Parts: sequence; structure tokens; C-alpha cells
Amino acid sequence: MKLKQLESLLGTLQQFSNPKIDLEQYPTGPHIASRMLYTAENSFGDVTNKVVADFGCGCGTLGLAASLLDAEYVVGLDIDAQSIEIATANAEDLELEMDFVQCDLRNLGWRGPIVDTVVMNPPFGTRKKGADMDFLCAALKIASQAVYSLHKTTTREHVKRTALRDYNAKSAEVLCELRFDVPQLYKFHKKKEVDVAVDLWRFVPQRIQGKGL
Amino acid sequence: MRLLTHNMLSSNIKGVTNGFPLQIEAVKVVEKQVDFNPDFLKNMFSKVDWTALAAASKALGYADLPEAAGADMLDSDDFLRRFHHALLQLHLEEGALVCPETGRRFPVSKGIPNMLLHEDEV
Repeated sequence: MKLKQLESLLGTLQQFSNPKIDLEQYPTGPHIASRMLYTAENSFGDVTNKVVADFGCGCGTLGLAASLLDAEYVVGLDIDAQSIEIATANAEDLELEMDFVQCDLRNLGWRGPIVDTVVMNPPFGTRKKGADMDFLCAALKIASQAVYSLHKTTTREHVKRTALRDYNAKSAEVLCELRFDVPQLYKFHKKKEVDVAVDLWRFVPQRIQGKGL
Repeated sequence: MRLLTHNMLSSNIKGVTNGFPLQIEAVKVVEKQVDFNPDFLKNMFSKVDWTALAAASKALGYADLPEAAGADMLDSDDFLRRFHHALLQLHLEEGALVCPETGRRFPVSKGIPNMLLHEDEV
């Protein structure tokens, strides 16, 4: 599938109808989502025929993008039942199979090396400090191949240091810097639309002995 | 939810030492066709907990998986198709997942398991 085609399909997805600020629910736009998954597949082969988990899947954009690029199995995890409902409808609209689990990633019980790749647009931790790092910590425990994630550019050094030192990442690389459009979703937003600089990261987890290859 | 997801989920209630596999109470099961991909199945075979998968598929009313399986079976098309069906085509739509240690039920509604813990379980 071509990048443009992927982007335009993702543009048809339904987004949060009633976003919850405490969960920092911001939709992942089709521009960023398509580039994230396209890069994961075309530069690294981390999507097609793989098992992909979308952490904090929200309306399912990243997971469905993985599915459109022929991931064999996609599971979306989110704490919010309403988001999962929208994501389910989005999957049906695109005629894609995607599993969902309602859970809190901070205390999730998870077995084994089945998930190859985690993709996520975590809460940036603006409202609740460290939320994005909780996601990253969980992702690096579960992925056996790679984790793709977005974090604010201003936190680059912190993300790198913590991933390598505390979360058992073998490598942590910024693939590119993107502009994340934050539309005026919430009442406290004064400007109509704001751009936030975010980094697209690729993390590689350490292979634990006896865990897969 | 499909049984590949079940094969990854575990009960994480405070104090529980072995929350895997979750037992299944099936109220409604549906089947949906998925393309057969033998290479994917061969790759998954070593990662899946077979005992848990066989028991789970039985709980969903599909008893055609052997209770034990070895890599030598991967040459059999018949075996791979059964594996495919159990892993990817069976959906638990309504029912519950039950923690093997505490008996706590995690409801499954519209195909979505709710694994959220109560405050005193974290």
C-alpha cells in the first residue's frame, strides 16, 4: 500500500467524540500515523506478518494502520471503554480484525514473547507527569522486536536515558521530528490550533534469554 | 477477543503469583474467517502456550486440538488448519475470564475483556 493511500484511509476514521483531558486523549492524525507505520514497515520490516500491539489505542488509528499494512494480528489496549467502542466501529468500517483489551497498562499482567512490535502515541505526560514513561516501560517489557512511540522533543534526553538505563532498551533512536497538531479540543485551549514538536522513536528491547529468538 | 489474546493475558491482582492461564466462561462464541497463513502459524507455535490454547479452545466449544503438540506436527496441513481456527477464528463475545488463583471474574462484553483492577487489588 502506498503512503498516500494509507493516510487517506486513516483520514476516514472516527475520532474521540467526547475526549477526556485526564487521559490526555488527543487523536493521532492520519499524517503522523501513516508515516509512523510506513516507516516501521518499509525501513525495518516490523509490521507485515507481525503481531502488533497498540498501547493506549484510543480510537485505534495506529493499530488499524498496522492492520492496513498487513500485520497478521493486532491488539489494542486502552483504559477507556468509550474509546474502544469507537475503535471497534472504526475496525468494522475498514473491515479489519482487531482485538481490544480494556486495561490499565501500569498494572497489566502479560505473558510471553508473542507481541513483536508495540506502536503507541502515549499521553505526553503534560497533565500527569511521567504518563508517557509508564507506557514506554510497559511496552519494552512486552515487545520482542521493537517499540515505536511519540514523545515531546523537549524530553528527548530524558527519554533516551531512562529507556536505556531503567527500561532495559538495547537501543533508543529518534527517527524523525514531527509536528503534532493539537486541535482546540478542550476548553482550556486558548489558541485554535497548536503545533507541538514530537520525536518519533524506535526502541529495541533487550532479548531476554529463553524469550524468542 | 480471540485466543491469541487470551494466550497473552494474565491476572495481575496483588498477591497472585501465577495468574496464567485465565479460565474461560463462555456465554457467546462467534467464528470469523481469517486468511490462512501457515508461515505465521509455524512462527507462533513456539511462542504460544499450547496447554492453555487447547484448554481455551475447548472452553469455546472447539475440541479438535490435541492436548499436547510438538513441532513435528507443523508439517501437517490438517493440524495447521485446526491451530489456525483455534488461534485466529474463534471469538469470545460474551462471558468472563477467571483468575485461576482467586476466582475473580473479568467480564467479557461485546468481545472486549475488562481487565481493570479495583483499588484494593493493585
